[in-house]
Amino acid sequence: MGKTIVCRCEDVSLEDLEEAFEAGYHDIESLKRYTGFGTGFCQGKSCTAHAARFLSALVGGDDVVADPPRTRPLLHPTPAARFMNLSEEGQEGEPADEEDREDE
Amino acid sequence: MKDRADLVIVGGGVIGLSLAYNLARLGFTDVVVLEQGYLCFGASGRNGGGVRQQWSTEEHIKLGRQSIDIFRQLSRDLGINIWFRQGGYLFIARDKQTTNELEKNVELQNKMGVPTRMTGATEAARIVPGLSTRDIEACSYNPDDGTLFPWPVIWGLARAVSQLGVEVNTFTRVTDIDVKDGKIVKVVTDKGSIATSRVVNAAGGWSWQIARLAGCDLPNKPYRHEILVSEPLKPFLDPMICDLSDGTYFSQTMRGEICGGLSDPDEPSSMSTASSLRFLGRMSASMTRILPRLAAVKIMRQWAGYYDETPDGMPIMGRVEGIEGFIQLNGFGGHGFMLSPAIGKITADWLLRREDHEIFEKYNLERFSKGKVKKETLVIG
Repeated sequence: MGKTIVCRCEDVSLEDLEEAFEAGYHDIESLKRYTGFGTGFCQGKSCTAHAARFLSALVGGDDVVADPPRTRPLLHPTPAARFMNLSEEGQEGEPADEEDREDE
Repeated sequence: MKDRADLVIVGGGVIGLSLAYNLARLGFTDVVVLEQGYLCFGASGRNGGGVRQQWSTEEHIKLGRQSIDIFRQLSRDLGINIWFRQGGYLFIARDKQTTNELEKNVELQNKMGVPTRMTGATEAARIVPGLSTRDIEACSYNPDDGTLFPWPVIWGLARAVSQLGVEVNTFTRVTDIDVKDGKIVKVVTDKGSIATSRVVNAAGGWSWQIARLAGCDLPNKPYRHEILVSEPLKPFLDPMICDLSDGTYFSQTMRGEICGGLSDPDEPSSMSTASSLRFLGRMSASMTRILPRLAAVKIMRQWAGYYDETPDGMPIMGRVEGIEGFIQLNGFGGHGFMLSPAIGKITADWLLRREDHEIFEKYNLERFSKGKVKKETLVIG
């Protein structure tokens, strides 16, 4: 019997998404974690849209598409050797977007 | 959502859910758990999954041992595989003073039945193939420590408590806590209010904000802690490695990835979970110093979560003077997950007055204005 693959890196099928939805995971972040889609080598570049379409069809609305899982570095898997001598020049990521405890 | 409950737990992380789980198993199920995001949103879904018994204080050793005993059975109890694996923990000391401290810790751990032992660099390299022995003064190694995958623990606990009748509400933000005549009366959320006389603050990095809603000032501060994961590799690394010279830790997950992070002494307290290039550089340098063959390993992703830190590195547990029914269960720093099974059990027994525990006196909020506490020194990352 054939099956539809959603995430090729982690071998997550459409059935896996359906099972996760059945288990009560109705947001994209939970669906991602519970099935593991988007957690492999391509970090969701090829599967997030498929999963979002699956979820949108079930829950309706644009929320799923409007608020996809957070994209994190690295853009592409890169050997540790490339960063070994970076530490002192390393720069901070984007600034805090929430209240700063120190400012209190 | 219920509009009334015996107990409301703020925070659907591992501490809150462990408490709910233990309460529910004792028949106390009129409980509502409130989680601001999805399950695994906070530090419970962002940590490295280390579970250890190697500590410098008796309290932590006891909690660690009890927790490992519970984790060992938890896959079966919850009906979900938490990928618990006892590959050990290897602490690396690179100077005499740290070695002396490790020796003292090992003596205390042995006295309490934990089979930790000191090893030289050569023996450590037999436990960890490829370990660079350069500049290693000594190591301590406990083969019974281990690692797990945090996510299924959270899902399993949430499912179990739901089946027992506890209400778990995700995407529900607490906006106020009403206190009348020094007593908790109501929790207000963006999805409605719950009348209750007891609230547990198990909100991790957000605990200080939750406490403030009830008019209580906690000394806790959230610190961003960054972590990364590599591409999956064939299994080769048994223990979690902790380098005490800079707080680096990493292990190999059951998926084969190398997963770990390190301390940053320059990290300020903040509510940021941004990723930094600085961390990527420091971590790459440190992990390849420890295990040079990792230089060729591709790093796949980095992310961050909060350490909920107290001034003495010990948690805040128990009642708050002047606010009846307000219970703290926070300030667990970087080791809330690994101690959560014991914390949940002890707290449930204490709340239901089955068994008292000195921890609720000792680690009470009042200690910061009154007493003295022995600081935990074996804190990583």
